[in-house]
Amino acid sequence: MTTGTANQPKLVEELTEPLSPGRAFFNTGMTILSVIFTLIALVPLFSVLLYVLINGFSSLNTTVLTSLPAPTGSIGGFGNAIQGTLIIVALATAISVPFGVLCGIFLSEYSRDDNRLVEIIRFGVNVLSGVPSIIVGVFAYGVLVIPLKGPSAYAGGFALAILMLPIIVRTTEEALKLIPWELRLASLGLGANRFQTIARVIVPAAFPGIITGVMLGVARAAGETAPLIFTAATSKYWFSSPNQPTASLATLIFSYATSAYSDLKSQAWAASLLLVLLVLTVNILARVIFRRRF
Amino acid sequence: MTQLTDQQERTSKELVANTGNFQADAVFRLILRIAAVAVVSMLIWMALVVAGESLPSITKFGLGFLFDTNWDPNSDAFGGLSFVFGTLATAFIAMAFAVPVGLGIAIFLTEDFLPEQVLTPISFMVELLAAIPSVVYGLWGIFVMIPVLRPLEQGLSGGSSSGYSLFTAGVLLSIMVLPTVASISRDVLKSIPRSLRNASLALGATRWETIFRVMLPAGTSGIVGACVLALGRALGETMAVTMVIGNTAQIPNSPFAPGYTIAALLANEFGEASGGLHVSSLFFAGLLLFAVTLLINVLAEIFVRRVSLERQ
Amino acid sequence: MQNRENTRVEQSSAGGVVKAYQVQDMAFYYGTRKALDGISVDIPTKAITSIIGPSGCGKSTFLKSLNRIAEAETKVRIDGKISLFGQDIYDPRVNLTRLRKRVGMVFQRPNPFPMTIYDNIAYGPRLFGLKDNLDNLVESTLKKAALWEEVKDKLKTSALGLSGGQQQRLCIARSLAVDPDVLLMDEPCSALDPIATLRIEELMLNLRNQLTIIIVTHNMQQAARVSDHTMFFTTDESRIGNLVESGLTADIFSSPVEKRTEDYITGRFG
Repeated sequence: MTTGTANQPKLVEELTEPLSPGRAFFNTGMTILSVIFTLIALVPLFSVLLYVLINGFSSLNTTVLTSLPAPTGSIGGFGNAIQGTLIIVALATAISVPFGVLCGIFLSEYSRDDNRLVEIIRFGVNVLSGVPSIIVGVFAYGVLVIPLKGPSAYAGGFALAILMLPIIVRTTEEALKLIPWELRLASLGLGANRFQTIARVIVPAAFPGIITGVMLGVARAAGETAPLIFTAATSKYWFSSPNQPTASLATLIFSYATSAYSDLKSQAWAASLLLVLLVLTVNILARVIFRRRF
Repeated sequence: MTQLTDQQERTSKELVANTGNFQADAVFRLILRIAAVAVVSMLIWMALVVAGESLPSITKFGLGFLFDTNWDPNSDAFGGLSFVFGTLATAFIAMAFAVPVGLGIAIFLTEDFLPEQVLTPISFMVELLAAIPSVVYGLWGIFVMIPVLRPLEQGLSGGSSSGYSLFTAGVLLSIMVLPTVASISRDVLKSIPRSLRNASLALGATRWETIFRVMLPAGTSGIVGACVLALGRALGETMAVTMVIGNTAQIPNSPFAPGYTIAALLANEFGEASGGLHVSSLFFAGLLLFAVTLLINVLAEIFVRRVSLERQ
Repeated sequence: MQNRENTRVEQSSAGGVVKAYQVQDMAFYYGTRKALDGISVDIPTKAITSIIGPSGCGKSTFLKSLNRIAEAETKVRIDGKISLFGQDIYDPRVNLTRLRKRVGMVFQRPNPFPMTIYDNIAYGPRLFGLKDNLDNLVESTLKKAALWEEVKDKLKTSALGLSGGQQQRLCIARSLAVDPDVLLMDEPCSALDPIATLRIEELMLNLRNQLTIIIVTHNMQQAARVSDHTMFFTTDESRIGNLVESGLTADIFSSPVEKRTEDYITGRFG
């Protein structure tokens, strides 16, 4: 150890001496690389959005939105696919919302006193969210298409409901967890039981968040194709009954994308535009709601 | 004195007698438990149905299904090797791109290169990548990505590539799983205490020395969890892959040749499958995919969980 | 007890004070918010200087300006001048990694890296390209930090398995491994129990002859026990911290010049 005065000149020199070239190069190089990687990721996003917007809007018109598919050559549309998507997704929502919201409430509100079960359920929900959508379709095929002897809106709705479940459960749980714990104590302290507390105080307070979860689920379900191909299949006609094959936007994009006819291709872009707009709106809305409310 | 006893009596009566509340609570709790268990039992139900339907195929082909490339519904010969290979190959290509790029993004979003007001929209945009429907990626892949990649693939493969290939599918997949790697890794890196980073800087480390020697090692299990989760997505992703992979049941000798994945097989053939053994073999292929993704998701869950336990 | 400490302090100051830091009319800004103003002080080398003051008075900020770690967290700016052994450390030519190698830092909560004890100590030396003789360095550093006997059999186990007090001593050792001239300590005992605190204080007194130690503490007894010099910071109604008084610990605690110092030390505010 040298004394302070002795190492004074040495220090002046050393402190201003630049980083060794190797370390300096590594540091700057990695910074540049991470910037490039981030830009790389944003290129496909903007490219997808741009192409969908341009090609979609240029082929969107009222005929396309309101009429049935026509034999190639004449002017047709995919009104029935919009109708079908709405019906299938509504079915899916009707099945998944009660189970999903109740499950979310359970995970959030009973995590302190039903610890073990909550852990297991949460684990299961996370695993369920990782099941490929095509497998969910295969499952729905086994459960509904085979017994009903054919594809139907029921089977499609059932498959989409399973895909929506984890989203609704998680968002509900998150929304409820954002409500301060003291609010529950305050309600219990006034003599309310837990059911009253949850139903009258907690759930209303978290309502926007829960709705957001449902909307995110709807957006996801509306864009899902794989499980619909062989559960709801497709149809050239207006919806007649939920136990009949039903058209949907997602399957329509799939079958039109590989079509040889350019008007069908442009209809695929138009249908994509509708789905992308739905997804974008819901996701942005969800962000706004979660940020403002909580 | 008597008043007090009266009050005591009333209080004890009221406190003991009013059990209605507790019953309501118990019923409510029971309903919640049933709903929660119902959600999770979907997994078991799914496993039972898919396994049950594939039984005829399992008894007929057994493990040989995994080693046979011959898939011919007309002669009732079903071997899944081409699909298993294609599934693994595309997922591998996807991970090779998505892991480094995703980690780069995660680091970029946690460091202070740009102010928070700029980083937040960027991370939102990265997450948006995950929200775009798979079939839209497929459409974009056919009309935008393949024309861009085709010359490159033709150059690399000696002119034979059509652009519909394992490689194209892998690249498209990597875009789709990128948000999974990036946003979970970002959360993991953000949860590492700031003082750890400062301690390294205070010892004279540069920013990137700190990232590589302290931050990434500290976040390893969470980052591995993110990658495993992304792998699960890549293996099971269907529509986009089906639309660009070329759907040819073969084991290609080049990544720029067309292939087939299990998910694409299911999407293409389930609708038109006739004959018990064909359908059952499709279920068998589905069961394989289901089992692998289930295993992978359980693993990822364990890794990610370990992170949250460490942080407590 | 108090008397003995005082004698020791006087002896140290009698030997003539060599300045480690010279701070001249320094003001510190977080973004546009001023956090410190008008700080001028000399900090002597080979001595322990404590910084005391009520919470929010900017004592941690001051400490973080001495190794320029504050700018790793947010945008900051300083006016005035801080020099280390005569070198202005805010000179644009100053290489931050080299500055921080010369100025070690120990944080409020023990924060060993999630790696082995050995790797924690070897972390700094490895950054600067040291590969040989690491074993000896690790051993001598751990001995310097009075931790060797406790950990010599588990060098290759995770540092997170140590107790809080051991972790904090490991963090001190980690800083010592790169042979710094200055050791900054930001309330190093605030997360520790009294016995662990005592061991850290013993360690500081042992290290006192070898390097400059600057410690921020909210514990006035601690400042009185271990430090030779004391700086008292406080804040005015505009929430800008300033230095009220500095000098020998004995003087500050027995006969403060400023009323505010006296009030704080006697517990009337803060």
